[in-house]
Amino acid sequence: MESFGYTVLIPVILFFSFIFIGLAGGKMNKYLSGIIGTVSLLTVTVLSYYTAYSYFFVYGKAGGVYQKIIPFQTEWLRFSEKLYIEMGVLLDPISVMMLVVISTVSLMVHIYSIGYMKEDMGYERFFSFLSLFTFSMTGLVIATNIFQTYVFWELVGVSSYLLIGHYYDRPSAVAASKKAFIVTRFADLGFLIGILILSNITGTFDFKILTDPDGSAITQGSSVAFMGLSVMTWALILVFMGCAGKSAMFPLHIWLPDAMEGPTPVSALIHAATMVVAGVYLVARLFPLYALSAPVALHLVGYVGAFTSLFAAAIACTQTDIKRILAFSTISQIGFMMLGLGVSGYGGENGLGFMASMFHLFNHAMFKALLFLCAGSIIHAVHNNDMNFTGGLRKFMPVTHITFLIACLAIAGIPPFSGFFSKDEILVAAFEHDKFLSVVMFAVAGLTAFYMFRLYFTVFWNKDTQYQKTPHESPKVMAYPLMFLAAASALTGFIPFGNYVTADGSAVETPFHWNVAVPAVAVSFAGILLAMKLYKKESDMPAKISSSLGELYKIVYKKFYIDEIYIFVTKNIIFKYISVPVAWFDRKVVDNTMNGIAALTNFVSVKIKSFQSGQLQQYAYVMVSGMIVLILIALYFMKTF
Amino acid sequence: MIEGIGLEYFLILSTIVFFTGIYGFLTRKNLITILMSTELILNAVNINFVAFNKYLYPEKLEGQFFALFVIAIAATEVAVAIAIIISLYRRLKTIDVEKANEMKY
Repeated sequence: MESFGYTVLIPVILFFSFIFIGLAGGKMNKYLSGIIGTVSLLTVTVLSYYTAYSYFFVYGKAGGVYQKIIPFQTEWLRFSEKLYIEMGVLLDPISVMMLVVISTVSLMVHIYSIGYMKEDMGYERFFSFLSLFTFSMTGLVIATNIFQTYVFWELVGVSSYLLIGHYYDRPSAVAASKKAFIVTRFADLGFLIGILILSNITGTFDFKILTDPDGSAITQGSSVAFMGLSVMTWALILVFMGCAGKSAMFPLHIWLPDAMEGPTPVSALIHAATMVVAGVYLVARLFPLYALSAPVALHLVGYVGAFTSLFAAAIACTQTDIKRILAFSTISQIGFMMLGLGVSGYGGENGLGFMASMFHLFNHAMFKALLFLCAGSIIHAVHNNDMNFTGGLRKFMPVTHITFLIACLAIAGIPPFSGFFSKDEILVAAFEHDKFLSVVMFAVAGLTAFYMFRLYFTVFWNKDTQYQKTPHESPKVMAYPLMFLAAASALTGFIPFGNYVTADGSAVETPFHWNVAVPAVAVSFAGILLAMKLYKKESDMPAKISSSLGELYKIVYKKFYIDEIYIFVTKNIIFKYISVPVAWFDRKVVDNTMNGIAALTNFVSVKIKSFQSGQLQQYAYVMVSGMIVLILIALYFMKTF
Repeated sequence: MIEGIGLEYFLILSTIVFFTGIYGFLTRKNLITILMSTELILNAVNINFVAFNKYLYPEKLEGQFFALFVIAIAATEVAVAIAIIISLYRRLKTIDVEKANEMKY
């Protein structure tokens, strides 16, 4: 049995890299900080791969079932005999898989950023925050207890905030970073309350105890009812609220499209591949609880995922900003993963959805990071985010073109690219579990293919735009990560995921359903063909179609006015009827009470200040007169006169 | 015990001396005079000790011992006080209590 003790080095190395670049970055050669960040990430990647190898192939199994291994655990805060918080490393199939995903994508983003951020003023700051983010994210996935998750959950939120606001001289970036932070923080309020309820009814924070399918935590809390649902269900719904905030599920998705104000590598790392799937990861982490003791909450997860998926896919079809299309596509794909969890059962044949969801998470991280890095490459070349200003780029940027095409094929679910396998398995799970949801997801699969190829054809084919400066292919340091991720997107579908990552640790059969796969691929091809017809050559058909749809198109284009509704609710209702009176009360009543007390004290002090003269004789005079008065009073009452 | 002179005369004398001392202590600004006033207060007490001892408990000696004790203490106290006054004078070139206010603000 190997100890796995070295896994604790993964976050520690990243933390020191963050501290070192953050403190010393300004004093040394600018590019050295990028090199240091990349080298520490490379070390972490090697460690993660080694961990994955020894966990999955050598030491992880006991009796054919992957075990939860805790190689390191230390007490961090002890409040009382029962209430204490630990920090540690928990290895199980999903955390090891996440380590691989995070380190791979982060390493690619680091290498890519060396080239992409070359001209940038905040180069050292950028790399230091990248290290901070990767540290927080690894800490999150290896958490041994839900409180550690919460701590790192907030840390990734902070690093996301810092990185979205990287161009802090742009008002839109500042607004976007604040929006992201406030929306996720609001959702985390639910998460925190959920944690408190959950730990209150089970008496523990520890994941190993919480998610033991034979343990007592599963059954506790299901007997006490509140408003028709068990307390456990409420707790898990609240935890899911936090997940929905982080993973940009409807209606808390509004921050993710705006978060694209950050540098593109950040969007690739944080807002596509790793942080936004933290919500999916947490639901997967608590999956035994969801599946066995709160099926209502799990249904909610599934329906929210499916609705968000359809909703975001529809919006993605109408947007023109390259990064925003990808952002809505991310929301849609995360909806897919949530749906996969929602239609899954625990263990055995029923566990297909869980496995498919994790598989999709893995593949999505690769191809979505690739899509974002390609988008960064395009933006780097033409200096514009709007796809209507591009066209015919295939001649200028062959590497970006091919890798982007591979990523589009992967996300559209065309065999043999990776997205096909995971999406197909999610569809199978949905098909077996809930026919209605599976129909929705087929529609989403078609839409996905359509909007991705709409983007692809508009950028790389379509009209031959006259550029002010001839676009150029990105430098090698940016091209190699694209190639690596393209290879990953093309090949990871062949990993027999069912053998490794499952809800209960034992292998699950991944049957190939022709009756699901064939229609799914057909729908995707239909989407691609439609996009090709509309966008491959310059034409006025798209404009005609959108104008014939009229109001409907406008509503979708305006993202269903969700942002406007939020602004209306906050400005016109919350601010006007709650915040303004509260502010008035604070300024007039609370402040004036305090000012009044201070003024009174001041007034009295000025009056009695002269008593404190420091003249001993004056004190003695007062003392003697007081004594005489006291003696006279005493004599009067003793009636000796 | 002195024939023809009652205890009350001693008490009246000591009261006069005591309040003379109090008055001087409260009104004078010169440190030396203040010191002298405290000596008057102590001596008023001494008179009381001896007189009470002689008139009320002639067979005992505690009052007289106490008076001697107070005299000894007063002597040391004067030594310390004079030392303080001298060092104050060296520093401020005055021994007026109201001028010694450097630490006030």
